[in-house]
Amino acid sequence: MTEVVSGLAPELKGAKRGQGYVPEASAGERFRSTDVAAFEVPGGREENWRFTPMKRLRGLHDGTATFAGTASVDVPAVEGVTIEQVGREDPRLGEAGIPQDRIAAAAWSAFREATVVTLDGTPGPVTVTVDGPGAGESAALHLQLRTTPHTEATVILVQRGSGVLADNLEVVLGDGSRLNLVVTEEWADDAVHVAAHHLLVGRDATLRAISVALGGDLVRVSPTVRYAGPGGDAELLGLGFADAGQHLEQRLLVDHATPNCKSNVLYKNALQGVKGTLTSGRQGDAHTVWIGDVLIRAAAENTETFEFNRNLVLTEHARADSVPNLEIETGEIAGAGHASATGRFDDEQLFYLQSRGIPEDVARRLVVRGFFGEVLHKIPVPELRDRLEAAVEAELAIAGA
Amino acid sequence: MSTLEIKDLHASVTTADDGLKEILRGVDLTVRAGETHAIMGPNGSGKSTLAYAIAGHPKYQITSGEVLLDGESVLEMTVDERARAGLFLAMQYPVEVPGVSMANFLRSAATAVRGEAPKLRTWVKEVKGAMNDLDIDPAFADRSVNEGFSGGEKKRHEVLQLALLKPKIAVLDETDSGLDVDALRVVSEGVNRYREGGETGVLLITHYTRILQHIKPDHVHVFSAGRIVESGGPELADDLEKNGYERFVKAAAV
Repeated sequence: MTEVVSGLAPELKGAKRGQGYVPEASAGERFRSTDVAAFEVPGGREENWRFTPMKRLRGLHDGTATFAGTASVDVPAVEGVTIEQVGREDPRLGEAGIPQDRIAAAAWSAFREATVVTLDGTPGPVTVTVDGPGAGESAALHLQLRTTPHTEATVILVQRGSGVLADNLEVVLGDGSRLNLVVTEEWADDAVHVAAHHLLVGRDATLRAISVALGGDLVRVSPTVRYAGPGGDAELLGLGFADAGQHLEQRLLVDHATPNCKSNVLYKNALQGVKGTLTSGRQGDAHTVWIGDVLIRAAAENTETFEFNRNLVLTEHARADSVPNLEIETGEIAGAGHASATGRFDDEQLFYLQSRGIPEDVARRLVVRGFFGEVLHKIPVPELRDRLEAAVEAELAIAGA
Repeated sequence: MSTLEIKDLHASVTTADDGLKEILRGVDLTVRAGETHAIMGPNGSGKSTLAYAIAGHPKYQITSGEVLLDGESVLEMTVDERARAGLFLAMQYPVEVPGVSMANFLRSAATAVRGEAPKLRTWVKEVKGAMNDLDIDPAFADRSVNEGFSGGEKKRHEVLQLALLKPKIAVLDETDSGLDVDALRVVSEGVNRYREGGETGVLLITHYTRILQHIKPDHVHVFSAGRIVESGGPELADDLEKNGYERFVKAAAV
């Protein structure tokens, strides 16, 4: 296993056989298991982890997080909404998908009771609130949202508070149903949240999902979309604002294995870092990571997919990583595209706006509001839209911009 | 009645190679309301630097001298304060601001300069009228500021802002460059409407004399090597048209 390999390029001289990590050739080959022990402890150089600051994961990845704390889930009683607390033996769990990385599997292995929320008919907007376990505590959570066939519903999942949380969110859309889903990350500054979202779109069902990442020290969300039958339509929009010291990571996989389905991904992030070390001891750099994997399998004829990531760098000391991947195994598709663009709000733009009398803080707000507008305008509940708009502007004010 | 006074202005730019490089070397000029001054000069003479220095671009460092608007020191003000005090710079290369609609930008600028948000109903009418005057398609209101605009479209929008913001003193930096004959006429008419009341001053920076056939200057100054080397009436422009800048460039080099 450790013999020196001969005949390599000069810069690889001395490399030993059997060392190093072999990346999987296709997103479709990802290993899946609900058992944490089935995954190796990641070291941080694996493709799946290479952007994540492992030291800030508070042991979620290596078994040292105890999951002794409790994150509370609050769902108000609304007509057409059934709330159940179930054990892990419930056969519905895992229907939308199972973990593809060690932290999701750790959460799956550690949760005590799962919450299953079933939406039926045309209930009014439902706000589900998750509160973190509190500073210094870690917790695992399992939440499943289900729509019955032909249901039309709106769910707002607000996640807030302190502490360390790993969770699996399952969303199972019944045939012909339509779900507007807004998931917010409004954590306190200390919070670490690593989430796997398993999204299963039923036949002729429509998912309109918006992810809003604002708070937290480290937030890593990995949504995977699959289709249970033809005619499914998923739109995944995202908005992230990484300020000083924050790491926001979004890892998407849209797995098209069924014909005549659509997916559209648009994630927009703004970054605003500061120089040097913060009072919390963290470095002031802001970091976002967006991974957009789309897989169109041989059976998924007539697929229509587009994915787009845009990042707006507002300051120095900010880094946006963006990796779109498109894997296509059939030529019989309606359309497939991907794009990524990272731009700076630069001094020339600021000068131009100011030269028209617009004060600097107003100029920045104008640019950021314009940038996020196309995502924020799609938030279906006006009060929520106003609240999140104000939250974005509060983020801008924090850096004294 | 407003007055812009530039007194012995020196400005430098920081370059990557040689540190601070002096570009303006003692500019003296007074522009009063009702007057139109043309500054003409060869490329690289520092005309645009003068425009940006007045507007407060961070790239340029004022090393000495004064710029006063109605007796108040402009150099003490931030860029946006200068604009609110009544200065306007129409840029040679207007900046693209993706994601911000022209409509939103114009309203934000008008709100800042006027000190209060214009009433929506009259504002919409005002913008429409001003766009119409400049042959601008109303669809531009929904487009991002300058994004994907042609050179001519950008210049029309600079003059649109001039019309809406009604500054006391306007500095037009090579507003004529890159315009075809029709666009030059439309843009010039816009500038003439702005100055027709006689209460505003115009500082017109240009390389060519053709815009002066549309916008008649009262005073013409020749700029070379960072200062005004000769001043005269409109006849000076005719002289430049015939004989070029050569004698001024030579004189400055001595």
